[in-house]
Amino acid sequence: MAAAVGAAAPPGALWGLVQDFVMGQQEAPASQVAADVKSGSYTILQVVEALGSSLENPEPRTRARGIQLLSQVLLQCYSLLLEKEVVHLILFYENRLKDHHLVIPSVLQGLRALSMCGSLPPGLAVSVLKAIFQEVHVQSLLQVDRHTVYSIITNFMRSREEGPFVEELFEVTSCYFPIDFTPPPNDPYGVQREDLILSLRAVLASTPRFAEFLLPLLIEKVDSEILSAKLDSLQTLNACCAVYGQKELKDFLPSLWASIRREVFQTASERVEAEGLAALHSLTACLSRSVLRADAEDLLDSFLSNILQDCRHHLCEPDMKLVWPSAKLLQAAAGASARACDHITSNVLPLLLEQFHKHSQSSQRRTILEMLLGFLKLQQKWSYEDKDEGPLSGFKDQLCSVIFMALADPSTQLQLVGIRTLTVLGSQPDLLSSGDLELAVGHLHRLSFLEEDSQSCRVAALEASGALATLYPEAFSNHLLPRLAKELRRGDSDVTREGGPTKCSRHLYCLQALSAVSTHPSIVKETLPLLLQHLGQANKEYMTTASSEVIAICQSLQQIAEKCQQNPESCWYFHQTAVPYLLALAVQASMPEKEPSFLGKVLLEDEVLTTLASVIGTATTHLSPELAAQSVTHIVPLFLDGNTSFLPENSFPSRFQPFQDCSSGQRRLVALLMAFVCSLPRNVEIPQLNQLMQELLKISCQHSCSFSSTAAAKCFAGLLNKLPAGQQLDEFLQLAMDTVEAGLGSGAFCNQAFTLLLWVTKALVLRYHPLSSCLTTRLMGLLSDPELGPAAADGFSLLMSDCTDVLTRAGHADVRIMFRQRFFTDNVPALVQGFHAAPQGVKPNYLKGLSHVLNRLPKPVLLPELPTLLSLLLEALSCPDSVVQLSTLNCLQPLLLEAPQVMSLHVDTLVTKFLNLSSSPSMAVRIAALQCMHALTRLPTPVLLPYKPQVIRALAKPLDDKKRLVRKEAVSARGEWFLLGSPGS
Amino acid sequence: MVGGGGSGGGGGGVGGGLLENANPLIYERSGERPVTAGEEDEQVPDSIDAQSPFLHLTHLIRSINDPEHPLTLEELNVVEQVRVQVSDPESTVAVAFTPTIPHCSMATLIGLSIKVKLLRSLPQRFKMDVHITPGTHASEHAVNKQLADKERVAAALENTHLLEVVNQCLSARS
Repeated sequence: MAAAVGAAAPPGALWGLVQDFVMGQQEAPASQVAADVKSGSYTILQVVEALGSSLENPEPRTRARGIQLLSQVLLQCYSLLLEKEVVHLILFYENRLKDHHLVIPSVLQGLRALSMCGSLPPGLAVSVLKAIFQEVHVQSLLQVDRHTVYSIITNFMRSREEGPFVEELFEVTSCYFPIDFTPPPNDPYGVQREDLILSLRAVLASTPRFAEFLLPLLIEKVDSEILSAKLDSLQTLNACCAVYGQKELKDFLPSLWASIRREVFQTASERVEAEGLAALHSLTACLSRSVLRADAEDLLDSFLSNILQDCRHHLCEPDMKLVWPSAKLLQAAAGASARACDHITSNVLPLLLEQFHKHSQSSQRRTILEMLLGFLKLQQKWSYEDKDEGPLSGFKDQLCSVIFMALADPSTQLQLVGIRTLTVLGSQPDLLSSGDLELAVGHLHRLSFLEEDSQSCRVAALEASGALATLYPEAFSNHLLPRLAKELRRGDSDVTREGGPTKCSRHLYCLQALSAVSTHPSIVKETLPLLLQHLGQANKEYMTTASSEVIAICQSLQQIAEKCQQNPESCWYFHQTAVPYLLALAVQASMPEKEPSFLGKVLLEDEVLTTLASVIGTATTHLSPELAAQSVTHIVPLFLDGNTSFLPENSFPSRFQPFQDCSSGQRRLVALLMAFVCSLPRNVEIPQLNQLMQELLKISCQHSCSFSSTAAAKCFAGLLNKLPAGQQLDEFLQLAMDTVEAGLGSGAFCNQAFTLLLWVTKALVLRYHPLSSCLTTRLMGLLSDPELGPAAADGFSLLMSDCTDVLTRAGHADVRIMFRQRFFTDNVPALVQGFHAAPQGVKPNYLKGLSHVLNRLPKPVLLPELPTLLSLLLEALSCPDSVVQLSTLNCLQPLLLEAPQVMSLHVDTLVTKFLNLSSSPSMAVRIAALQCMHALTRLPTPVLLPYKPQVIRALAKPLDDKKRLVRKEAVSARGEWFLLGSPGS
Repeated sequence: MVGGGGSGGGGGGVGGGLLENANPLIYERSGERPVTAGEEDEQVPDSIDAQSPFLHLTHLIRSINDPEHPLTLEELNVVEQVRVQVSDPESTVAVAFTPTIPHCSMATLIGLSIKVKLLRSLPQRFKMDVHITPGTHASEHAVNKQLADKERVAAALENTHLLEVVNQCLSARS
């Protein structure tokens, strides 16, 4: 004996632990014993022996305690049990089921542990269940013990041993279905209705053997009048389909189909409809995947035929209300498997095609085509690689002719569906012939030039062209691009001669079509040169090119650049082709000339340069670091040394020296440099960085136009943000601060210095640089500056918002996710303090700064902080600045909804201020004030009732506001106030 | 078999028993009226209209709940855009509504709900005329007369039970 136990704890120790647990009512020994059994110190048999006397004790509580110990040990060690031990233990526990009711819970725990054993000898599960149902009345057990029984059942289910007790098992579980329990408020167990539903569903749907009992129950409950029962039954049916097969469903299919069909046809509840469709989908999927015995019939075909029979005649009545439910049912079934899809599509397509021709009204044709579209979309789910032909190939010609009829129809709605259908049909591989494609492209070309009232159609046609061009680049290159090129040239000659609005818009549409179709690398290689040439042409030939024309071309280029970003080859092609060309045009334009061409001037306008910059930025962000490094060695020397050798046309009348030259034209091009260097990946080394940074600082605080100095400041900030921490960064920062302080002190350049400060602060705030707090404090100090105060207040908006050109995540800037929250936490207390300390005249600056910070903060972060700021916000409502008013109203509105109790303390102030602001001259403020009046109705009714007559009278005025959007808010706010305290609300 | 209307729950609440029209034809709801550029421009006044693509006024009354079904008047085609006439300069509104069946006992109640919604939503200067689409109801004349009588409408709204039903029709549907 001693040898067997080895060096382990002596049995004496075990005996002590057992005594402590059973007699001493301590809990800890149980886990100690379990640990010792696990470590092999002693066997289960020894534990039973040690328990010996307590298991025979005449006092039931002591026996219960003894069994509890054994059960707890088993729950932890069941995996170690040998088959022989399991048999003995089960016999022991079955016998104990006859014991006093106090003992039963522990016995059940033990059986639960044993039910989890992997090595369960055959027949034992049946024997356990038999004993449970014989000795214990499960339904009258405590909830926790019932749960144990269900766990035992579920565990046995997994080992497929329920045998002759299926019906009993079903009875004890199904009596709870459907769950209609509602947890009491403050339920300590936190049991949710949904948890119960899901657990019960897991049991009911755990085995196909329940099918013969469960399916009639589900059908009965679907047919009931209770919405929740319908939903639960349909969802349970859905879950069952995962484990059922054809055999289980066979006898119930007609009833199931009848119930589902009735629910989808008749219900007023979208949820019931959705669950009905989902259940039909699962049923069909289940029938599709069942493995059949050789002699069994395939139920899928007959089931689908039933569905078709009940639904197809509705499809032929496009005015009737059962059209859509029928189509949805058919599509739910067809979406379940390739076979089902084949079966239904091959039946429905000819029918719908015929119906399309039978009906001549556009609205009816639209309904039919929309249904067709639904079936075609389902086709995309299945690939037919293994077959020669997909099921659509037989209908291809008819489908095309129907689509082309729709595209040629005068009804916009029908055209739209036609375009969507064409896109879906085109996505089927190897279906459309080159002839079909030529026709389709022709239609898309025509639709791309529709006039303004068919805007939606034109946009849809452009999208479809883009989608189809990725699949059929040749068709578009052969049949669309030549037409667009011609259109562009014709536009060239017309636009100049006062071509009316029609001509202008045709030209614009042509530009949009060119960018829309540039979705394939081979197409970009044609469209990009075309557009660049068009831009250059405008320079040479015409004297009256409007800036809007140049901007439109640039926007088109911008869209192509965006489309190229995902494809490295196109991306490099675009960059390499467009960037030098655009820079050359700009450099040419910036040259001092005797007779300046008109385009020269246009290209240097703020708005045009901004658009050009945006194209260059977009063409740079997605470059690989290697290629970007190649490009940077050309572009930086161009700006610093005037090295123009890489530009396509580089014979300029004089040198390009944007940093030295006193001509402001050349300096403006720093905006293009900014767009390029601030979009580079962070690890690309920038040549001559030191010199570049110093030059940028110099012109950011020089006497020049604000466009150039701002561009230089932004460029400096953008580069600063990406520099790794270290001496170089510190030196640049020091230099920047010296420049800022010198500028702020000088007077003449204080606006430029302020802009530089703002951008440098932003660059540091975004990356959590330790110096950012210093700079923010400096900025906050300026709020009380009589000159710069208002600008400083607006600066907070810039700090908190996302830029589009520099310091963007897309441009690889270092932007921490939580920077707004952090800025809020770090700076709002100081802003509030500053507000209280500030002289009356500059207080609005603080409020405005604060409201910018609050407004940009995510609402969930803001809400818990707002109550502490409430008094300030209420004060801000009286601030005359409409920006402050608007942002304060935007802050208060969610607060009214989320924290009505706090807000009701201030109801008097709120009602008065909101009503005042509802007649503000600013429309946005009026709307926000009325939305707050609406939100105010969430406050406790008794608080509001004294104000009801006054409010209803006051809100009559905005009902007659000159703006519809204001009237709309007034109507809903006044309507809610009428309902306050009124019966029926 | 009772139609879908009864099982949806959450709807009306008038009386009990069977619905008069258990399985009405249901029409599509039009979406939210899109906001146009002009509407966002502070300077341009927008008139109160019924004719533009999605009218302002139908927009107000289309979402009124039917007292019987868990549906809106628009879904039941009780109110339609073409039967709403508005003149902003003359400050007049005329709404004709079409009961789902000629013997609908809810006609007065529906008319009353429309009238109350207009009273609550339109400026005071408007004169409102709510009536049944000619030829669509058995007691058309009697209902129209009641709806046109200011004192009767006021008295009806003093009646707690009636007010309760009207308010239910006008409450935003969840």
